Amino acid sequence: MTPFLELRDVKTHFPVEHGLVFRKRVGTVRAVDGVSLALRQGEILGLVGESGCGKSTLGRTILQLLPASEGTVVLGGRSLTALRGAELRSARADFQMIFQDPYASLNPRMTVFDTLAEAIRAHHAVPAGELPARVAALMEKVGLAPRYQRKYPHEFSGGQRQRIAIARALAVEPKLIVADEPVSALDVSIQAQIINLLAKLSREMGLTLVFISHDLSVVRHIADRIAVMYLGKIIELGPAAAVFDHPLHPYTQALVSAVPVPDPAREKLRQRVVLAGDPPSPLNPPSGCAFHPRCRFAVEACKATGPALEEISPGRDVACLRARELQAGS
Amino acid sequence: MPLLEVANLRAYFHTRNGIVRAVDGVSFSVEKGETLGIVGESGSGKSVTCYSLMGLIPKPPGRIESGTARFDGADLLTMGETELNQIRGKRIAMIFQDPMTSLNPYLRIEEQLIEPLLIHEKMPRAEAVKRAIRALEEVGVPDAARRIRSHPHEFSGGMRQRVMIAMALITQPDLLIADEPTTALDVTVQAQILDLIARLQRERGMAVIWISHDLGVVASFCQRVLVMYAGRVVESGRVEDIFARPLHPYNRALQRSIPALQGKGAELYTIPGLPPDVSKPLPACAFADRCEFAQPECRTDEVVLKEVEPGHASACVRVQRGELKL
Ligand SMILES: Nc1ncnc2c1ncn2[C@@H]1O[C@H](COP(=O)(O)OP(=O)(O)OP(=O)(O)O)[C@@H](O)[C@H]1O
Ligand SMILES: Nc1ncnc2c1ncn2[C@@H]1O[C@H](COP(=O)(O)OP(=O)(O)OP(=O)(O)O)[C@@H](O)[C@H]1O
Ligand code: SF4
Ligand code: SF4
Ligand SMILES: [Mg+2]
Ligand SMILES: [Mg+2]
Repeated sequence: MTPFLELRDVKTHFPVEHGLVFRKRVGTVRAVDGVSLALRQGEILGLVGESGCGKSTLGRTILQLLPASEGTVVLGGRSLTALRGAELRSARADFQMIFQDPYASLNPRMTVFDTLAEAIRAHHAVPAGELPARVAALMEKVGLAPRYQRKYPHEFSGGQRQRIAIARALAVEPKLIVADEPVSALDVSIQAQIINLLAKLSREMGLTLVFISHDLSVVRHIADRIAVMYLGKIIELGPAAAVFDHPLHPYTQALVSAVPVPDPAREKLRQRVVLAGDPPSPLNPPSGCAFHPRCRFAVEACKATGPALEEISPGRDVACLRARELQAGS
Repeated sequence: MPLLEVANLRAYFHTRNGIVRAVDGVSFSVEKGETLGIVGESGSGKSVTCYSLMGLIPKPPGRIESGTARFDGADLLTMGETELNQIRGKRIAMIFQDPMTSLNPYLRIEEQLIEPLLIHEKMPRAEAVKRAIRALEEVGVPDAARRIRSHPHEFSGGMRQRVMIAMALITQPDLLIADEPTTALDVTVQAQILDLIARLQRERGMAVIWISHDLGVVASFCQRVLVMYAGRVVESGRVEDIFARPLHPYNRALQRSIPALQGKGAELYTIPGLPPDVSKPLPACAFADRCEFAQPECRTDEVVLKEVEPGHASACVRVQRGELKL
């Protein structure tokens, strides 16, 4: 099977500069540092991990909103990293991003109708007479009443705005969507509605989805596979339910144990694996396994050798020197 | 006396498409040291409620139509701008849902963090910077001494949110209003921040109003909860009761929508129909169009929030009459 979306050793680095007039490069933030992944068409990949670990940067790099410093992104057999100018613009019809922050991504001077009509017409020739019906249909899809068409973004609540942003992304009928925290600002019922919608689009239309979220229970529900990132690298990859229910990497274990459960009685009894120490600085990452200063299983070897992502049982990839041993012991 | 007592708050927007009754008769109180959660439908008026308390709704088109909000005895809704300024940003701090409205993209984080210390506490600059670095460290920003010199765009979404939390806590407020404060945070950092806030509550008796769609966090962190729908409080009570024994059909439907409690990959439960348009006339119970238990009287009988069990109130007339067991 040839994958629909393939990342080969993708790196995205940001220079850190100092000085006002003569900017001097003083270091590099390795926001994404060697990510390889393959997704089949219609697959939903959940991308999780600590804040600042590079999820948004990876998402933007996939969609060519940020240039990759190294590596290639291949979509439907075509290398996106090689595209320039007009070619890239026309390829853009195939992929869309839903941003973490809908405030920043909507034009404050355009009504909902204008925003959606513009998106629909950007990539498809639609007769003006058909636009109102198309816009209304899009709005209903995301749970917004079409009567809101003439309103401006500031007249909406946070959750309503996120739904406008989602409707806009769906307007071009993209093949790939990178959704960055798409439902965090929504109440659970609308969250459920959007999740049902995205799942249906992937099932029925073959939409491929990279779903970035801190809400592990949402990711577990919607994703086929979960990729866990730590400091710019994928450290665990596997089927969603398996990773969530039986995490193998010590970091994933800590992450899963910290998920709050919506049950006050159970909350009081819960055991958390508390992560010792501070999140690492991406400017100056720890040697060897980047997780070692906070890992309760760390041994001397972890300080020296950075473990590679390896398949340790069918479909389960883990980057931990002690993964096999820990799996056997549990 | 509660630290904050809000009675009959109404905040409307007078727009060219009609009057949006964003907050329509909301009453609640917050005790010193307490954590009050506010949950509810997107667009139900949670943010506008808090903006109203802080005098931050845009006027026009916004207007406070009625109500009082007594903070330590003084009414926030009628006090003068100078008096309010002294309370706001010092004794009451707010973490906004929208990170970019409260962070200035052109200023280094450092300037933004120390500003309230220079203004409200007249602290010398060097000391303020030290305190700011410590505040960043407390919310888990690695390498704080260096990163305090960055601009907001150099931070990830979650890191920006931590900066806002640090900014809100830096003046040691008596009341913290947090609007979706941890949506961009991973669960381990979230746990760390919840611990930090809980500690400040124990040590200094800080009260917290916590608006969130994350019912897991609300369950673990809040003592009492308000459930809002269409600008009104439809249920309120102790957190255990809100989750274990819903007394309003909207709250019950909300609980049923939680993905964690449903089978993987299954079609998730959603509430049928669309959220109500609060600029149009609504039935007496605004949930009636979507409620599976609705009866004709629900559209006409006067709806008021009433205590149904000790400390647990509902605005459902059928529950109040004892006709419904949810
Ligand atoms: N400036 C404004 N002009 C007109 N209407 C507004 C304005 N600000 C908010 N509204 C409306 O007021 C209502 C309440 O909005 P609010 O932001 O309080 O919702 P919320 O409960 O915080 O929702 P969310 O969970 O999505 O953040 C919504 O119907 C919204 O569209
Ligand atoms: N324009 C930039 N310049 C410098 N550093 C940046 C820039 N954008 C991101 N970074 C850094 O790159 C790292 C990864 O950021 P990214 O936004 O991808 O994180 P994230 O995983 O999406 O986090 P969050 O969950 O908080 O949104 C962070 O350390 C961030 O500070
Ligand atoms: S390699 Fe070592 S430090 Fe890293 S996760 Fe595994 S045991 Fe922990
Ligand atoms: S009052 Fe009637 S319509 Fe409203 S929630 Fe109760 S049963 Fe449903
Ligand atoms: Mg991000
Ligand atoms: Mg809000």
